Amino acid sequence: MEVSSLPISASQRGKLISAGYTSLSSLSSISPSHLAQDLKISENEALEILKVASRRSGLDRIDNGACAIVNGAQTAWDMLHEEESSVRITTSCSDLDDIIGGGINCKEVTEVGGVPGIGKTQLGIQLAINVQIPADYGGLEGKAVYIDTEGSFMVERALQIAEACVEDMQEYNSFLRKNVRACQIRKEPKDFLENIFYFRICSYTEQIAVVNYLEKFISEHKDVKVVVIDSITFHFRQDFEDMALRTRLLGGMALKLMKLAKKFNLAVVLLNQVTTKYSQGSFQLTLALGNLLQLRSGMMFFICLYLLWLFLK
Amino acid sequence: MANKLISQMGLPKSIANVFAARNIITAKDALSLTEFELMELLDVGLAEVTLALAHISEISCPSFQTALSLLEQRIQNEYLAGHLPTRLKGLDAALCGGIPFGVVTELVGPAGIGKTQFCLKLALLASLPSSYGGLDGRVIYIDVESKFSSKRMIEMGVNSFPEIFHTEGMAKEMAGRILVLQPASLFEFTESLQQIKVSLLQHHVKLLIIDSMTALVSGENGQGPPRQHALGWHISFIKSLAEFSRIPVVVTNQVRSQGRDEASRYLFQDQNRTDAPEDPTSFDSHLVAALGIQWAHAVSIRLVLESRSGQRFIKLAKSSISSPMAFLFDITGSGISLLDDDGVEMTGPDINAINFQGHSGIINFDTGMTR
Repeated sequence: MEVSSLPISASQRGKLISAGYTSLSSLSSISPSHLAQDLKISENEALEILKVASRRSGLDRIDNGACAIVNGAQTAWDMLHEEESSVRITTSCSDLDDIIGGGINCKEVTEVGGVPGIGKTQLGIQLAINVQIPADYGGLEGKAVYIDTEGSFMVERALQIAEACVEDMQEYNSFLRKNVRACQIRKEPKDFLENIFYFRICSYTEQIAVVNYLEKFISEHKDVKVVVIDSITFHFRQDFEDMALRTRLLGGMALKLMKLAKKFNLAVVLLNQVTTKYSQGSFQLTLALGNLLQLRSGMMFFICLYLLWLFLK
Repeated sequence: MANKLISQMGLPKSIANVFAARNIITAKDALSLTEFELMELLDVGLAEVTLALAHISEISCPSFQTALSLLEQRIQNEYLAGHLPTRLKGLDAALCGGIPFGVVTELVGPAGIGKTQFCLKLALLASLPSSYGGLDGRVIYIDVESKFSSKRMIEMGVNSFPEIFHTEGMAKEMAGRILVLQPASLFEFTESLQQIKVSLLQHHVKLLIIDSMTALVSGENGQGPPRQHALGWHISFIKSLAEFSRIPVVVTNQVRSQGRDEASRYLFQDQNRTDAPEDPTSFDSHLVAALGIQWAHAVSIRLVLESRSGQRFIKLAKSSISSPMAFLFDITGSGISLLDDDGVEMTGPDINAINFQGHSGIINFDTGMTR
């Protein structure tokens, strides 16, 4: 029954079914006042139900090129153009940038996993600094949100990385001085720290709350261009009795993050721990709760930091 | 934050009543359900549920601060911006001042290498007045294997700070600041931890040392590698203790031999069973840190103490503020001292290896004391 899959409350659904409206087509040609009379509800409620139903059956006609054919579609050519012209966040390691196609992409969720001590937090802090590189130097000139679930964010390290970034920019500046107009970027390392919004999360409830709150926060701070969550699974690994609940919560969170990335055109970077898994007769290292996060978000890929370590050797 | 009551969040009366009627009292209850589940449970429309959830999330979300204000707070309020100097120049330089506050630092190494000596010295350093570079506070030393020796500690004090310790009554005062607990079981340890959390701030405790974490778990099981799940709660508790009270927590960890099937070689590809078993170049070492990978994720700084060809090294194996460095050290009358403050930078997997070669395993007190 199509009506049972509509996102409306149980009692509204019950009334629809008992009044005989079981399919979406039955709702397509009825007026709100008629529906209100049939179901004995207010006209506003009836209007809401009809809106939900029509959205589902794609009857809205939005005049927008490809959208005229199928609601919400975009042509492959437009997507290619968008991808090529989007600015990426550099990881400051050119080899790594090359592997992932130029840098961390906005509108995407990237998962980074690795063994303890390999440099996940470093990468997270680096991205929070690099997103702030001014547009004149090929950066996004954005701000960063750093969600710390384990307390691994070291502010002294962030300052060190910011200082190195400023040095890099000054070097670049002097190198191109003849070509570029005197754009005196007077960015101090402390300015970088001012643009990192730091949240310290101590439980899974707070983690879900912050992911929900991000929508409002980012609409108030529109220049946030990267959200780093370090690490995404820490609070879900200890004392969680209800495994089914854990799956639902993680899946829901992954979906919300994807929506956030798309809606505000920012990059979401998830740092994850590893665990050992017994498979095919031996112990393998694998991402913690990896199957739960991967299945839910088709646009994720993870960087094997072992490879990165090989490159850096 | 998770236990905030929904009734006190300022939601519109109608929806607040519905939440209460369905027994969803705290933020945790509400946020553990997806939007659709809540819709079903409360019999309310999706838009209303989304609004209510957004409101609840905003209130239960901890407030943010910029990284800059974090730094300024630390510089203003804390000693050396949150570091306990170890008096080992090279190590302190690498750690941006010393053992950091608010995180867990781990000391791992084979038996007899000097972990307890290091801990004794740190306990002493923390109890010193700030004019001598100490934290001027109490120290809680959880001594699981009864290795604490006050005599040795006073000896270290006399050798390193003769001016203080020769003064009348100072030794008693310094030693009086160090509280030693000797829990006999994991259960007792858990209880002590909870007590500690309560009294930490009011009694000016500035350092917590747990020597050793492994002994607590292995005592319970007896055989096989220590099960890390037994410590899951303790790991997060100790971390949160360190963080909310902004004190350094130092934990020692022991080593065990590596089993054949262990994935501690950090290789992601499948192991080919027909390969020659022990290829020395691809094998880190035969010793690995006990307590497993979940614990390894939880610590922020890992110091590996090892011995190679009769020389002892202290290596900075995991640290987010320094490059991997190894320092040659020795144990003397005044505790641990570095033989070379510059240290050697080690790249590659060697930094994580734990070697134990060419060392008799017993600290020779006679030669040590003549320095």
